[in-house]
Amino acid sequence: MSQGNSHKMTRDSIPHLKIVTTPTTRPSPQPAHELMEHPRLLSGWGRTSPSASNVTVPQDIEMLSALFTTKDPGLRSPVTASFRLRQPAQGYKNSVIARGLGRSYGDAAQCAGGTVVDTSGLDFIGVIDPATGRVEVGGGTSLDALIRASLPLGWFIPVSPGTRQVTLGGAIAADVHGKNHHREGSFCSHVSSITLVTPTGVLTISSENDPELFWATAGGMGLTGVIANATLQLRRVETAWVEVDTERFNDLDSTMSAMEAMDHVYRYSVAWVDCSSHRGGLGRSILSRGDHAPLNALGPTLNERPLAIPRQLPKRVPFTPPRSLVSSSTARAFNEAWFRKTPRRKCGALVPLTSFLHPLDGVANWNLLYGKRGFVQYQFAVAPRHAELVRTAISMIAGAGLSCPMAVLKRFGPGSPGPLSFPIEGWTLALDFPVGPARLPPLLDELDELVAAVDGRVYLAKDARLRPELVAVMYPRLGELATARRRVDPHGILESDLSRRLGLTGAYNL
Amino acid sequence: MNDAFGHPQSAVVFGGTSEIAREIMALLVADRCRAVVLAGRDGDALEQVAKTLRSAGASTVEAVGFDATKPERAESTVTQCFEAAQGQVDLVIMAVGELGHQLADENDVDRVARMVTVNFTWPAAAMTAAAARLRAQGHGTIVVLSSVAGVRIRRANFIYGSAKAGLDAYAQGLFESLRGSGVSVHIVRPGFVMTKMTRGHQAAFFAVEPDVVAAAVVQGVERGQRVIWIPTVLRVLFLFFRLLPHSVWRRLRG
Repeated sequence: MSQGNSHKMTRDSIPHLKIVTTPTTRPSPQPAHELMEHPRLLSGWGRTSPSASNVTVPQDIEMLSALFTTKDPGLRSPVTASFRLRQPAQGYKNSVIARGLGRSYGDAAQCAGGTVVDTSGLDFIGVIDPATGRVEVGGGTSLDALIRASLPLGWFIPVSPGTRQVTLGGAIAADVHGKNHHREGSFCSHVSSITLVTPTGVLTISSENDPELFWATAGGMGLTGVIANATLQLRRVETAWVEVDTERFNDLDSTMSAMEAMDHVYRYSVAWVDCSSHRGGLGRSILSRGDHAPLNALGPTLNERPLAIPRQLPKRVPFTPPRSLVSSSTARAFNEAWFRKTPRRKCGALVPLTSFLHPLDGVANWNLLYGKRGFVQYQFAVAPRHAELVRTAISMIAGAGLSCPMAVLKRFGPGSPGPLSFPIEGWTLALDFPVGPARLPPLLDELDELVAAVDGRVYLAKDARLRPELVAVMYPRLGELATARRRVDPHGILESDLSRRLGLTGAYNL
Repeated sequence: MNDAFGHPQSAVVFGGTSEIAREIMALLVADRCRAVVLAGRDGDALEQVAKTLRSAGASTVEAVGFDATKPERAESTVTQCFEAAQGQVDLVIMAVGELGHQLADENDVDRVARMVTVNFTWPAAAMTAAAARLRAQGHGTIVVLSSVAGVRIRRANFIYGSAKAGLDAYAQGLFESLRGSGVSVHIVRPGFVMTKMTRGHQAAFFAVEPDVVAAAVVQGVERGQRVIWIPTVLRVLFLFFRLLPHSVWRRLRG
C-alpha cells in the first residue's frame, strides 16, 4: 500500500503508450497448471464471502498487458495426476479482475479461482499542470498519496469518497461520489482520459474519443479492463481547511427539508441519521455542511502554513473480536452519545479538510470492529419524488430493532452518463449492518424490491447480497456495458465475484 | 456465488431425494438459489423433487443418476453433476446414506460392506472429487450430513453409526485441508430425524422433523459453524455421553 511519504514521481519511466492490438487466441492469461498454486484468500472491506485467487502485482503497463497475452501451454499439455487437482473445473476459464486497496465492501475486487491484479505497483503521480490543475496519476495510486502530494501545492481532489484509502482506479471503476455530488457530480466527471489495459490491447480513452467505452468504464466495476492511469482535473484550494456549519434536527422530515432548502449554498453536505427508535421521533439527524475555507478565514497561527495537512494519530483496532462489537445496544449508545455531543447549531467551525471529508480514516481498520463475520453496507439512491423511501427504510430498520451504527443521508445531483454509475438525482442513504441477525437478509431483500419498484438502485461497490434478478431493473442500461465488453473483452476474461453473482458477465444461466 | 450471508445461487445435491436435502433446497430456492443439480438413485423420485423446485422458482434443475454402491464411479458422477450445473457450484450437499437394518445386516458380510460403502466410501470419494473442483473454483460450501449415531456408537445401529463416524472424521479432516482455499465444510449432526429412513424405528429423545434440520443447516452455514448439532442441546448432551464409562453407556441406551 502506498503511503504519502513514499509516492514515486516516476512519470518519465513510463513506457510510451501506444495502442497495442495483440491477437488473443487463448482466453486464458496464465498456464492452467499454475492456477491456484499459491492462492490468496481475498474479501471486500465488509469481510464477507472470501474467495481464493492468484494475486499478481504488475509493476508497469507492459507487465500488466502481458498478463492478457501470455501463451498458455498448460491448457494443451496432457493432464498428469500430480496437478490434476489444481485443474480448473470443467468449462471454467481463468478470469481476471483488478484490485486496488480492497475498499469495496462486497465482492467487487475478488475473482474466485482466477487472477486478481493488485494495482499497487502502478502508483505514480505526474506533474500537476500549474495552469490547468490536470495531473496524470497511476491507477494504483491512493487518493491519500495524491492529496499529500497535491494539497501543499494548493490543489485538491475534485471528489472525495468517505475514505482516502482508495486507489484512483477504484475511484473510477466505482465512479465514487462525495459530499459535493449535488453540485459537482461524481468522480469520473472530473477525469479527462483513462489508459485502460484490456484483453485486446491498451487503449487511451476519453469521453470525446470513445464515449461508449469511457462511460462503460466509469462505474464499470473493472469489467472493461484494468485502469493503468488516468488524467484527473484537480481543484484549486487556498487552505487545507473547511468551514463547517453543523445543525441538529430531531426528526427526519426537518432534516430533509433543511437539505432541500439550503444544500445549493454549500459545496459539501451530508447528514448523519440515527436509525434507532427513540422517544423524540424517527430519524433525528446531524447535518454538516461546508466549503473550503478561504485564506482570510484562518487565524494568524494557521495562516502561516495554510495548506499543511494536520497530523492525525494513526489508530488501529488491535485484533479481530470473535463477535461484532457493534450490536443494537452499542449502536444505540454510540448514536445517543454522538447526537448529545453535537451542539444544536454551530456555524463556521474550522475543520481540517481530511477529517471532514474522510471520517472513515480516523481508525485504519475499523471494519474489524464488526468481528469475524463482518458487515454489509447497504446504499440505495432514489429520485426526489420517492424521498419517502428514505423514511420507510429507516422505520423498517428501527422497527426490526437492527443495529445500524452508521446511517448517512445525502442528496445527489444529476447522474453521469455511465450505464453502471450509481448516482441518480435524488436522495441516497447508506447503512451499515453487522452480519448476524436472521432478520437482516430478508429485510434487505425487501428493501431491494421497494427501491427497484421506484426505479432506484443500490450501489454495486457496496453490494454483497443483491438478487441478480433486480440488477437489470436497477441499472436498465446494462446492455451498454455488454456492448463495450464485447469490443474489448470478446472472450469474457474480465470477471469478478460480483459480476458472476449478479450475472453481469454471464457466469450463470439465470 | 455465495452472498454475504452464505446464501448460494447454485447447488449440487448428492442424495437428491433425501427429505432433509429436499427441505434445505426448498429454503435455498425460496431465497436465491436458481441452478440445482440433483443426483440420486431413483430417477422418478428425482424428477418429482425437480418439479417441486422448478415451481418454487429454480430456473434450471437437472437430475443425474448414480449408484452409491459403486465408489469407483463417484468421480465421473461428480464431473457429470458439475457439468450439469453449467457454471460455478456454490454449495454441495452430501446427503447420501442408508440406515439399514442392524439385526438383519450384522451377520451378513455383503450387507455390512454395502452399508459402509453407501454411508462412507462413496460419500468420501465423491467429496474428494467435489472438494478438488471447489478448490479450483476458489470458493464454495460443502454440507455433509453426518449423524449423532457416529459420535458414540450404540449396539442398536453400529454399522450405520461406524460408517457415519468415518464420514464425520473424514469431513473434519477435509475441513482442515481446505482451510484458506475459500471452501468451507459444515458437518451436520442431527439426532433422530423423522423421515422415511427412520420410519418404523422408535423415535428417540429430541426427535426433530426434517424441516427443522433444514432451517438449522441454513442458519449454521450462514453463521459459519463447522459442526451443526440439531437440536443444539445434543452438543452438550453428547459431550456428556462421550465421557460416560462404557458400562454406563451400554445400559443407558439399547
